[in-house]
Amino acid sequence: MTLETLVQQLMNGISLGSLYALIAIGYTMVYGILRLINFAHGDVFMVGAYTAFYLVSFFLLPWWAVVPLTLLAAALLGMFIDRVAYRPLRQEPRISALITAVGVSFFLETLGIVVLGARPKGFTEYIPGLFARVYDLAGIKIPGVAVWVPLLSLACLGLLLYIIYNTKVGMAMRAVATDIETVRLMGVNVDRIISYTFALGSALAAAGGIMWAFKFWQIQPLMGIYPGWKAFTAAVVGGIGNITGAMLGGFIIGLAEIMAVAFFPDFSGYRDAFVFAILIAFLLVKPTGILGESLKEKV
Amino acid sequence: MLSVKELHVYYEAFTLSGISLEVPQGKIVTLIGANGAGKSTTLRAIVGLVRPRSGSIKLGGQEVAGRPTHWLIQQGITMVPEGRRIFPNLTVQENLEIGAYYRTDRAGIERDLAWVYSLFPRLQERRRQKGGTLSGGEQQMLAIGRALMSRPRLLALDEPSLGLAPLLVKEVFRVLREINDQGTTILLVEQNARAALQLADYGYVMETGQIVLEGTGRDLLGNERVRRAYLGE
Repeated sequence: MTLETLVQQLMNGISLGSLYALIAIGYTMVYGILRLINFAHGDVFMVGAYTAFYLVSFFLLPWWAVVPLTLLAAALLGMFIDRVAYRPLRQEPRISALITAVGVSFFLETLGIVVLGARPKGFTEYIPGLFARVYDLAGIKIPGVAVWVPLLSLACLGLLLYIIYNTKVGMAMRAVATDIETVRLMGVNVDRIISYTFALGSALAAAGGIMWAFKFWQIQPLMGIYPGWKAFTAAVVGGIGNITGAMLGGFIIGLAEIMAVAFFPDFSGYRDAFVFAILIAFLLVKPTGILGESLKEKV
Repeated sequence: MLSVKELHVYYEAFTLSGISLEVPQGKIVTLIGANGAGKSTTLRAIVGLVRPRSGSIKLGGQEVAGRPTHWLIQQGITMVPEGRRIFPNLTVQENLEIGAYYRTDRAGIERDLAWVYSLFPRLQERRRQKGGTLSGGEQQMLAIGRALMSRPRLLALDEPSLGLAPLLVKEVFRVLREINDQGTTILLVEQNARAALQLADYGYVMETGQIVLEGTGRDLLGNERVRRAYLGE
C-alpha cells in the first residue's frame, strides 16, 4: 500500500467513524437514562437525510437554512417517538419498551418505502461545493468530505459536551442518568428532560444523515439500518451510557471497518460481519466497553 | 401547613390504612416507628412518589394528593430521601444547584447557596469534588443542603441519622434545629426515636401502617409504651 492510499484510507475511516460517533451518541444517551436501546434511532438518521433532501431539492432552500430545519425536524421526531411510543410504557417492564422500539424502527422503514419510494434518491447534484471538491495535501488527494465531515462532527460533539457539562439541562441529564426518582425530588420534570435527550440525540443523528448523503451520494429508506447497528456497536465498544465512550467507539469502528477493507481487500464483502464480530467480542470479553463502568442496577 | 387525612396507600409490601397527621407552620413534627411500619411510604405519598388510593393531602389549604412530584416540590414541599441519594457524578456545587433547578431568581439562589455553605462549611471546601467522593456524613449534609436549595416551606426528611456515627447524628439534629429556627417547617421520619422526640414539637408513632399514638415530643418521651417499644427502657 502506498503512503497516499494509506492516508486516504485513514481519512476515510475517520470520516466514517465520525458519522458513527454522531449516531452513537443518541443510542448511548437514551440508554444511559432509560436503559432502553432505541432501535428506531437509525431510522431517525434516515428521516434526517430525506428531510434535507426534500428541503434542498423540492423547496430549493439554501444549505444554511436546510441544516437547522432538518435538525429541528429530527429533534421533534425524536421527541414525538418518545412521547407516543416509550413514555406510556415507562412504568412497564423494560422489555416492553425494547420491543416497541423494534416496532417503531420497522414502522419508520416501511413507511419510508411506501411514502418515499424504495428506489434510492441521488444526492450528487445537491452536495455543497466544500464537500464535493478535492483537496491536495502535499501531493496526496483528499476528498472534501474526508476533511469537513470529521471537522463538523467534532464541532457537533463539542457543542453537545458543552450542553451536557455546562448547562442546567445538561446537569439534569447527567443526574437523571444516575437516579431518576431523586431528580423528581429536585422539582425537575423528568419527562421533559428525557424529551430533550431524545431531541439532542435525534438532531445529531440527522446531522450524521445529511453528511452521510454527502459522503455516499444517495439515500434510501433502509439506509439507517447498517449505520444504526454499527453506531450501536460503537456505543457498546465505548461503554454504553458513556458519551465520550460513544465518540471514541465511533472512531474505532469506522477506522477498523475501513482498515479491514484496505488491508484485506479480498474480504471486503465481510466488512459488516467484521464490525459485528467486534461487537460480539466486546460483549463476551468486556461488555461494559472501554470507558463504561460496571452497571449498578438502578434503585 | 400540611394536613393529611385518612390516607390509604397500597404500595409493594406496604399498606397505609387511614393515616391522619398535621404539620403546623413553623413546627418540627416527627413520625417514629419500627422498620416497615410505613413511615417512608407516608413521606413518599406526601411528595407524590407514591400515588395514594384515597384520602386527602392539603398543603396550605390546597388539595395536592395525586399531583406529580416535580409540581409538589415547586409548591414548597421537599424531601431528603432515605440513603441520601446524592448524585455521585455531579460535583458538590452541582448537587446544590440542581436542588434549585426550578427556581429562576439568580440572586436568591446565590444567597441560599451561601447560606447552605455557612450551615455546612465542609461542603464549601469540597464544592468541586464529585458527590460520590464524600463521606457518609458529608453526603447527608449535602442531601439536606440540596433540599434547602429549593427554598422549601416544608422540609421532610427520611431517616437522616441512618448509618451515621453518634457525633454526626448530633450534628445533623443541631442543623435541623437551626433550619427550623430560621423558619422552615420540618417533618422528620426517624428510627432514632429519642433524638427525634427531643427535637420535635409533636410526634406520631406508627405501627403496621397506622398511627397508634400521638402527642407532644415531651409527652411521648414520657409515655410508657413508647419507652418500652422505642426507647429500649
